[in-house]
Amino acid sequence: MKSCLIVDDSKVIRKVARRILEELSFDIREAVDGKEALDSCHEMLPDVVLLDWNMPVMNGLEFLKALRASAGGDKPVVVFCTTENDMSHISAAISAGADEYIMKPFDREIIESKFSQVGLL
Amino acid sequence: MRKEDFDLISNILKERSGLVLTEEKIYLLESRLTPIARKKGLETLDDLINEIRLRRKEDLLCEVTDAMTTNESFFFRDNTPFDLFREDVMPSLMESAVASKKIRIWCAAASTGQEPYSLAIILSEMEAKLNGWTIEIIGTDLSQKVLDKAKSGIYSQFEVQRGLPIKLLMKYFTQAGEMWQISEKIRKMVTFRPYNLLDNFTPLGSFDVIFCRNVLIYFQQDTKADVLNRMHRQINTKGTLFLGAAETVLGLTEKFKPVQGKRGMYHTAEYSSQVRKVG
Repeated sequence: MKSCLIVDDSKVIRKVARRILEELSFDIREAVDGKEALDSCHEMLPDVVLLDWNMPVMNGLEFLKALRASAGGDKPVVVFCTTENDMSHISAAISAGADEYIMKPFDREIIESKFSQVGLL
Repeated sequence: MRKEDFDLISNILKERSGLVLTEEKIYLLESRLTPIARKKGLETLDDLINEIRLRRKEDLLCEVTDAMTTNESFFFRDNTPFDLFREDVMPSLMESAVASKKIRIWCAAASTGQEPYSLAIILSEMEAKLNGWTIEIIGTDLSQKVLDKAKSGIYSQFEVQRGLPIKLLMKYFTQAGEMWQISEKIRKMVTFRPYNLLDNFTPLGSFDVIFCRNVLIYFQQDTKADVLNRMHRQINTKGTLFLGAAETVLGLTEKFKPVQGKRGMYHTAEYSSQVRKVG
């Protein structure tokens, strides 16, 4: 079973994403901000991170940069999932090492489509 | 819904588009035609059906057929046919058509354009190898309305996230408010024109590749066979036909043969027997 770390400060979003990804047979962990996500990754690297951008304490982009700079941190597939939907944010995310990018609002089909493009399904 | 109402609409659809409406699709009639009734200032679907029965106005019949035959489409739908196109079909066409350096591709149910644009993107990604080649992509659909959208190349945020990798979105689209528009370069690679699959294909000319995915499923057996046999007349001997994952030529025509191990891909019977002899 592949593992997915869902990082979002919204409980509702985490719940919706968890439901979709559990149906796609992912083992789910959750984090409420970048810092918590980084701790979780240091404990055990997930196969994929579904990552919000705007969060307190540490935002998604800062988390991504820290993850990619850490040992083994190049391995997890990182899929941004954010309301930031302009080209400059998308470019910044991809340059920092994100593999895919979902613009909220999302639905099951979008998650499925993006996850299969990066070879997770 | 009364049986005579259902029969009226399903006969109109069959005549005009080949679409076979089965009774379990009554819900689709209701969900797709009620908005048309409202737009015409009619209260219910029954009123709309009466209007159709009484007047049989051409523009209304067109609109009803459009609404019932328009289906959702997305970029790189099902992936496999596009991988096969890139890795299998194009390399062999570039050998067999090396003298003319011309390739013609037909998307026979182009809908809102995602399929022909996906092919155009693939070709654009391999443009270094295609220097000096002329590649024509023709997208046809019964509905002028979907073709207008296809031509504009403008898609919603939802549409560009279904099947399109983010790097291709960044490379080939520009943002216009809430919408995304595919680049002029890609738009110019595709010609759209309205065409009914029940009509004679001869004016379209001959093709090396035909994509006809997820449309035959709506037809009766004899219509499916007829469309496939007529497509065979428009396809070059070494041509390739792609059908949808739930579709097949088996039991319909002997003129196309499935390509072993390549789902949804069919060669002409002539080419298929040549390949077998060589292999």
